[in-house]
Amino acid sequence: MSHPIEVDYLRWIVLAPLLGAAVNGLAGAALQKRFGKHAVSAIALATVAISFALSVRAFAQLLGLAPEQRFLLDAMSKWIHIGSLKVDLAFWLDPLSSTMILVVTGIGGLIHLYSVGYMSDEPSYWRYFTYLNLFMAAMLTLVLGDSLLTMFVGWEGVGLCSYALIGFWHKEWANASAGSKAFITNRVGDFGFVLGMFALFWTLDRSGQGTLVFREVAQRLPLLDGQMVWGIAAPTFITLMLFVGACGKSAQIPLHVWLPDAMAGPTPVSALIHAATMVTAGVYMIARLNFLFDLAPDTLHVVAVIGTLTAFMAATIGVAQFDIKKVLAYSTVSQLGFMFIAMGVGAYSAGVFHLFTHAFFKACLFLGSGSVIHALHHEQDVRHMGGLKKHMPVTFWTFAFATLALAGVPPMAGFISKDEILFKAFSSPQGSPIIWFLGSLTAGFTAFYMFRQVFMVFFGEYRGGHHGHAGHADEHAPHAHGHVAAEPHESPALMTIPLVLLAAGSILAGMLNVPAALGGHHAFDNWLAPVIAGSHVPHAAAPATGEHGVTGAVEHEARVLEHDAETFAHDVETEPSEYVLMGFSVAVALGGILLAYLMYYRRSIDPEFFARAWGAVPYRLVYNKYYFDEIYEATVIRGTLVLSRALATFDRVVIDGLVNGAGWLVRQVSALDGAFDRVVVDGIVNLIGRVSLAIGNRARGLQTGHIYSYLYAIVIGVVVIMFVRLL
Amino acid sequence: MEIGLHHYLFVALVVFLSGIFTVLTRRNAIGVLMGVELVLNSANINYIAFARYGGTPYDGQVFAIFVIMLAAAEAAIGLAIVLGIYRTFQTIDVEATDSLRG
Repeated sequence: MSHPIEVDYLRWIVLAPLLGAAVNGLAGAALQKRFGKHAVSAIALATVAISFALSVRAFAQLLGLAPEQRFLLDAMSKWIHIGSLKVDLAFWLDPLSSTMILVVTGIGGLIHLYSVGYMSDEPSYWRYFTYLNLFMAAMLTLVLGDSLLTMFVGWEGVGLCSYALIGFWHKEWANASAGSKAFITNRVGDFGFVLGMFALFWTLDRSGQGTLVFREVAQRLPLLDGQMVWGIAAPTFITLMLFVGACGKSAQIPLHVWLPDAMAGPTPVSALIHAATMVTAGVYMIARLNFLFDLAPDTLHVVAVIGTLTAFMAATIGVAQFDIKKVLAYSTVSQLGFMFIAMGVGAYSAGVFHLFTHAFFKACLFLGSGSVIHALHHEQDVRHMGGLKKHMPVTFWTFAFATLALAGVPPMAGFISKDEILFKAFSSPQGSPIIWFLGSLTAGFTAFYMFRQVFMVFFGEYRGGHHGHAGHADEHAPHAHGHVAAEPHESPALMTIPLVLLAAGSILAGMLNVPAALGGHHAFDNWLAPVIAGSHVPHAAAPATGEHGVTGAVEHEARVLEHDAETFAHDVETEPSEYVLMGFSVAVALGGILLAYLMYYRRSIDPEFFARAWGAVPYRLVYNKYYFDEIYEATVIRGTLVLSRALATFDRVVIDGLVNGAGWLVRQVSALDGAFDRVVVDGIVNLIGRVSLAIGNRARGLQTGHIYSYLYAIVIGVVVIMFVRLL
Repeated sequence: MEIGLHHYLFVALVVFLSGIFTVLTRRNAIGVLMGVELVLNSANINYIAFARYGGTPYDGQVFAIFVIMLAAAEAAIGLAIVLGIYRTFQTIDVEATDSLRG
């Protein structure tokens, strides 16, 4: 990658939705009033369509290039040039980011389409589409940014849009507070991200080569050798801080608490932001900076451990939830944990591939649940559902296929990607059998609770209440309901077409990365190879960067990858371990499905048995999400409130006291000054006046008014003159 | 005895002092004016005496005629003022005219 190809259309991928957001944000209410809701959604859909079209064009352009040259750069404008910090607004396309933008714009476009149907009753329609477009712009900035700072702009932007969209129905306090919770928890993570950015720039700048642009950081990695930050090796510190940011954005323990609450937002939002795109930002960031993370094996250990813990804990919580969206939320947290497991064991492209397939089936699941919720008039408790298979067949079949994908049943996409991760967790030098075991257990739980949901929602008897309010008419109902006990019905085409497309993706996407063990060619891994070094042993620093530049490094990586592929194929032939592991994970998945079948379809095992087991302690623990929220409330939140009250008191007593004291002092000084003015200055003036009066009083005595005294004076005067001889 | 200059001067002095005394002590405004006349006349005596006993013979006499004329004019003015005073104060007692007392 000595010279990326300069293009100028990448910016429109970001700018189109931004313009859409601007138009809808400023004029949306007026447009909606005059031309109806379709004007607003037409604008939003058009901009996403433009972005998608440009993403496809970029992808095609990349395909036409040789693998080592698949890099496009769109330098839009100068941004920050201060000292040694040079960051421009530039967009960078390589196989990794082109995959991401296809996912974001493609699935984002489908969700926009779905939203037209789902949100058709919403009066604040324009506000929804404004935020949705704004989110697309921010997410695309995040993915396409060529530097950590540009990525961070998008990072913050998606956090903002997440807040706005979670709290979209803000008149309910619970929704607004869920939005705040998401934003604040993200912010805690962002603090780590910012520290990581600072540390990276600063340590590189110690040699005068500070930069935040990804390709330049990759070239300057050797500068980090031996550098320490606060007693920790520089790459470890930087990557650890960046990982904290990833935990916040991608809802890993301990910053995962916002994601289940985020289900308060509209379901398409949950599908887009909290399944397919925003929460994957952390995974993307690690993949983007894989060369940096390779220098910090300790951080990778932490990543893998946290990923495993999160995956396992979230899966256990999902088992006990009754809200259809909460189950999916915990499932998302759990699958994100899987992606981080992949990152942690060095299998970056496996993690990205799981991100890719997960986007399809999770979005499909969320949209399917949205379809159910919409049809049941915002009923979300699965205990009030059932038997929907015959009322909503399209929703059922798409949901079922997506669930199979999530559970990891072959030949679905989820099986391919999850299995890849589990295999790498077992076999990579960074992995360990414990991670593999917990991951497999998690997969089993996943299969169980997802099929529990399928059976409770779509099979059996309909347990819902009579929710057809008399006269409640569905505008988009294909047939009118006049009677009270309205039956749930299938959602309109605008909502079911995306479901079908996404389900198809869940089934077929796996074909992109079939492992050699099953006769495939790892196409996806090869596609990402110029960017990601595959899954080989992390080394201290990229060799040969000094002389040959990054081209040399990339060629070296490509050679290493080929070598890996050869040894890999060789290993497969000599060790049947992958087949064993594959078989094990399929068995685990099928076991989970069987258990769910017995418990919730056949009812031959009573769920209450598990709920009451061991004094109901495990059940209560998972039902209450391991009391994370309660612990945070008691410690962090209360601590912050106490601190804030203490500081407020300090402000009131000390600072206001100082200010008021200063005022008091001024008043006293001015009183003194006034006294001085009154006593001294006025006194002098008055004294002069009084003296004059006194003199005048005396002098008045001369004016007797009597003629004789004047004559006396004349005579005396003459005598004086004569005798003193003045004359 | 021979009547010399000094006799005339002495007479003039006595008249002068009487005139001054009159001016200073009379309560009646016209009396004051009379005193002024006395003073002027004493000056006249002086002039005539010096005209007879010394200097040029007739200069003094001419001056004396001037003085008499001036005295007459001044007496007229003075009486006019006394008239004014009488109109204002209804009396010609000079002690009554102390309105300008400070």
